[in-house]
Amino acid sequence: MTPPVRIAQLSCGPEYSGIQHEIDAAAREVGGEIFFPDVALKDIRRDFDKFGLDVRSPDLKLTIARAMALVEGRVEADAVFIATCFRCAEAAIVRNELRRYIHENSKLPVVSYSFTERTTSGTLLTRMEALTTIARRRALLARETQQGITLGVDSGSATTKAVVMKDNRIIGTGWQPTIEVIKSAQEVIAHALQEAGITRDEVQAVGTTGYGRFLVGREIHADLIQEELTVNSKGAVYLANRQHGPATVIDIGGMDNKAISVMDGIPGVFTMGGICAGASGRFLEMTAKRLGVDITELGPLSMKGIGGRVPMNSYCIVFGTQSLVNALAAGSTREDVAAAACHSVAEQVFEQQLQEVDIKEPVIMVGGTSLIEGLVFAMGELLQTKIVVPPYSQYIGAVGSALLVSGFIKDD
Amino acid sequence: MVKVFIYPATSLILSDMVARFGHTPLSSATAIRERIQTAGLESAPLQITPDEPKKGLKWAAVEVPAGVRGRMSLYGPMIGECEAAIIINDADLAFGCMGCARTNELIKFLIHQKEIPKLELYYPKNEEEGVKFVAAIKRFLTELGASK
Repeated sequence: MTPPVRIAQLSCGPEYSGIQHEIDAAAREVGGEIFFPDVALKDIRRDFDKFGLDVRSPDLKLTIARAMALVEGRVEADAVFIATCFRCAEAAIVRNELRRYIHENSKLPVVSYSFTERTTSGTLLTRMEALTTIARRRALLARETQQGITLGVDSGSATTKAVVMKDNRIIGTGWQPTIEVIKSAQEVIAHALQEAGITRDEVQAVGTTGYGRFLVGREIHADLIQEELTVNSKGAVYLANRQHGPATVIDIGGMDNKAISVMDGIPGVFTMGGICAGASGRFLEMTAKRLGVDITELGPLSMKGIGGRVPMNSYCIVFGTQSLVNALAAGSTREDVAAAACHSVAEQVFEQQLQEVDIKEPVIMVGGTSLIEGLVFAMGELLQTKIVVPPYSQYIGAVGSALLVSGFIKDD
Repeated sequence: MVKVFIYPATSLILSDMVARFGHTPLSSATAIRERIQTAGLESAPLQITPDEPKKGLKWAAVEVPAGVRGRMSLYGPMIGECEAAIIINDADLAFGCMGCARTNELIKFLIHQKEIPKLELYYPKNEEEGVKFVAAIKRFLTELGASK
């Protein structure tokens, strides 16, 4: 039996928030085991003083001491989960600084999260799965070329994608909105196979990722079912041809956003936001609908406008859309409104998520929203860098999956 | 017999002194251990559910972190019930501590608001201060008994 991945929890407040059992359950579900690094009371003061961040909360002092014990090798772990109360400024500072400290001084994968009493194990599952994958499957994640004939399926919340790869080339693709999870998957697979000109029997290995990965994976007998954080990172650096050195991957999805700090194709620090629809691709879909254009036309339209001309008073998907409607009623052009919507989404991701990872160039944007030029432009403006959008970026999960699963091809 | 809220609520020494003088200590049943192997320094002895932070809304608004509200659901009723209080500031962690500074600020504020006998001291830094510290607590607890 494979031993569980030992995940060190550095936290303040989860027990009194009533969610410790949710954290434990999420870790257990993906073969992980939460533990609290053992430190002596007398060592807390010493380590806390040495770290130099003068916080007041004793549990944050304990958290700092535990982080130092991990980095200095006094306590061993496979991964680190940092969690503090949402809306606590003191804890947010500690969370960020510890995440950076551990990332810079160790090889431990880290994920940080701010919780409320409503946090459930389901919310944490993908993050925990990514932690255990990085810890357990480093060899698999080190794969740089695709071999044989493989199929990757990304069953996302908004769209389902499939890719057929052969000898390190993409030879077939399929894409459609997710309606019925399995049916949508079967249809995109059929399309990708047809485009590739091969039969299902010729496929040597199959991988799935995305929200529907387990359901689809079971249905199509996938060899690899893996969360989208590690798969998308791998797909992004592979397609952008940046497999070595640092990179930052941004994936603004239909339901949640991912920001991932990558080193040699392996995620080090990552965040996943999914609380606010105003920061998602869904908001851009609604904007396109309101402007009477297809989502594929929103990008070119926004590039002709100036977002700053449209007052956006809310990040909320409902009130934000209302701002856009008001602007149109007040005479703003569709181009300006489209640009303002793109800027709003980019700004929210920048403010809420990109502060939690270390931005290192190249910054690679992937996922369907990376095809909306206005969004990529807005993100580039905010980050003051040229964003890389690799070819097939909308198929990122499917490509990552097809690449990684080639490690599962059995030699005949 | 007087119900005495003690701060830090995890101080076994304070709790014991209050009980020895015939009063009822209102405190947490948690002791601070020499080695910390739990999530926090004063991890709750019982499972806290997500309902506790909601109950804590009586003392702190929804924008206050869930951990503060969860703690207040335990300590808020004790503060409401107490007839006297002893507050020790800047205590050594081993003497007793409560993990969240924001909760601590709120607890002390709520005690200050109550018109009850209070003793507020700083944790002693040397033996001489220690003797005065213990004497002050004894005097306070004795006078509490007499006033009752």
